[in-house]
Amino acid sequence: MKITKASLALTAALALSLTACAANEGTKTTASTGGLSGTLAGKGSSAMSAAQKQWITDFQTKNTGVTVNYSPDGSGAGRDGFTSGAVAFGASDRPFNDSEMGVGKFAKCAADSNALNLPVYISPIAVVFNVTGVDKLNLDAATTAGIFSGAIKTWNDPKIVALNPGVTLPAANITAVHRSDDSGTTDNFTDWLNANAATVWTNAHSGTWPAAYAGEAAKGTAGVVDTVTKGQNTIGYVDDSAAAKLGKASIKVGDAFVQPTAEGAAKMVDASAQVAGRAANDLAFKLSRTTAGTYPLALVSYALVCQQYKAASDATLVKAYIGYIASADGQASAAKSALAAPLSSALQAKVKTAVDSIK
Amino acid sequence: MTDTTTAPPVATGPTVPPPQRPKRRLGDVIFSRLSSGSGFLILIILAAVAAFLLVQAFPALVSSPEVLKTKGYGEFWSWVLPFAFGTVWSSLWALILAVPVSIGIALFITHYAPRRLARTLGYIIDLLAAVPSVVFGLWGTMTLAPATQPVYQWLNTYLGFIPLFGGEASGTGRTLLTAAIVLAVMILPIITSLCREVFLQTPRLHEEAALALGATRWETIKLAVLPYGRAGTVAAVMLGLGRALGETMAVAMVLSGNQVINFRLLTSDNPNTVAAMIAQNFPEASGIRINELIAAGLVLFVITLIINSIARLIISRYSEFSGAN
Repeated sequence: MKITKASLALTAALALSLTACAANEGTKTTASTGGLSGTLAGKGSSAMSAAQKQWITDFQTKNTGVTVNYSPDGSGAGRDGFTSGAVAFGASDRPFNDSEMGVGKFAKCAADSNALNLPVYISPIAVVFNVTGVDKLNLDAATTAGIFSGAIKTWNDPKIVALNPGVTLPAANITAVHRSDDSGTTDNFTDWLNANAATVWTNAHSGTWPAAYAGEAAKGTAGVVDTVTKGQNTIGYVDDSAAAKLGKASIKVGDAFVQPTAEGAAKMVDASAQVAGRAANDLAFKLSRTTAGTYPLALVSYALVCQQYKAASDATLVKAYIGYIASADGQASAAKSALAAPLSSALQAKVKTAVDSIK
Repeated sequence: MTDTTTAPPVATGPTVPPPQRPKRRLGDVIFSRLSSGSGFLILIILAAVAAFLLVQAFPALVSSPEVLKTKGYGEFWSWVLPFAFGTVWSSLWALILAVPVSIGIALFITHYAPRRLARTLGYIIDLLAAVPSVVFGLWGTMTLAPATQPVYQWLNTYLGFIPLFGGEASGTGRTLLTAAIVLAVMILPIITSLCREVFLQTPRLHEEAALALGATRWETIKLAVLPYGRAGTVAAVMLGLGRALGETMAVAMVLSGNQVINFRLLTSDNPNTVAAMIAQNFPEASGIRINELIAAGLVLFVITLIINSIARLIISRYSEFSGAN
């Protein structure tokens, strides 16, 4: 398969070193609480990294017999790792697509079991800007697409001016900053552009920046924030949690301009349709980027689990852990520590039903 | 050395008549095995790296363009070419900036500076080599880029008719020229140190002969030091180039790199380098994309090999005329 020997060896080494740490930690506490014991390994999305750290701390405090290891190697690594059976659960910024799904394709799952995609982490993406003398900015998808594709070159372009009555925009060049690395943030951002402004943004969504569009590239969320902050007349897109001090553009949804909010992002997921042709408990969404009353520019990360595990011990731990992170407590904890948007209570209930069905 | 003669009583007994072959004591045997073992080890390591690259890159190299377009990053050669260009282009500018300064520092240390100052300066240069590349990256992106941005703007406005300075000046300063400056600072120590050693090797007699003919200090350097050290200087430059070609972290942080072939130095739209591109995409890569990234690594490996072979050729040509033999 696609998992290389080298990466397997690396994973093994990593797993060894991680369990070694865990063993040390385990010796501190003698009596375990919560009645569970064992080690649960997960891998994937780096966007979820901060939230996973918090969840693991919470979970291990309640269940001292359990060790959860999560390595934020990236969504691709998470999907591969889960498929090959290197980890009991994966985490990915997109659900498995139809060609990746399939009964018997997943090493940790029972022969007649498929995988489940469960949304557990929502993060709004903010369009951030740093323009001299401008502290409020309205943008619609077509204009944003124009800016990021290089078609709109200056801040006082008529298209931007038309959206921002009463705002004095400088006659300066726009520096549009995108991610230089492959990322779920870019994937969701380009999906939003393509869904709302297909005539301007003709490329389909992708995690890597399309070669056809120029612009400033910066590495990682921190790189984009730094470049936008330090540069002149810049604009970029980052996870809302990282956008703290920068101006955030209000994006046009329906007839209104909305700021990124946790509630808006959660509503977007609720307004989205589930991917057709999946099992009842598979909660893969085709995200709706256009619904009014929501904030449609958000990243949704999934936990990838088995409907039925080969090993009962895996099933027990996954149910307990994923059950916790999708619960109201888990979501509130991630909202506080990682500034994620909590799942709506309706979605929490759906995920709970799905988690309960894991065998 | 007296201690080696008294050391191991194992090798030969006292009654054995003196052998015809030169004596080989245990220490000699161990040392010769160790050093030839190291020699072979480096060959094995190189072969292993090449084999790894070939095996891992193979699936990407044989896949059809359609597969690479849908599941990978795109058709291989058209995808990798801009990055290969970016690697060579940024390293070239790093060399253009670093080599004159390096040779200047080396000559200053060896021929102009008072001895005490020369020694201190030598230490400082070596210290520069010990700075981790991530620190250079942070410095480049957080300090150097914003500081140089107005200069780029000026160059672009007034000298924009020169194609290299044309286009639309970057608003952040994270341009190819900034990356080249950072790379130049990074390769400066290695080139300087080697050049210094090479210049110090100039035979005293050559220099004194030049002086005796009435040459000034500069003429002495031109007549005796530089020709003598030419092969060594080229070798030093090539080592520096090797570092610049493979530098990953600093470029990944400093350069605003896209998938584009662009000769302009002051815009946001620069060709990324192979090493930085691999580092940026590897964390999220899976399946055929990993193979494609490794194939890009293979391309970098081949570029480095070619450049080093050319350097070898140059060195062997110059050494015949340098007066070194």
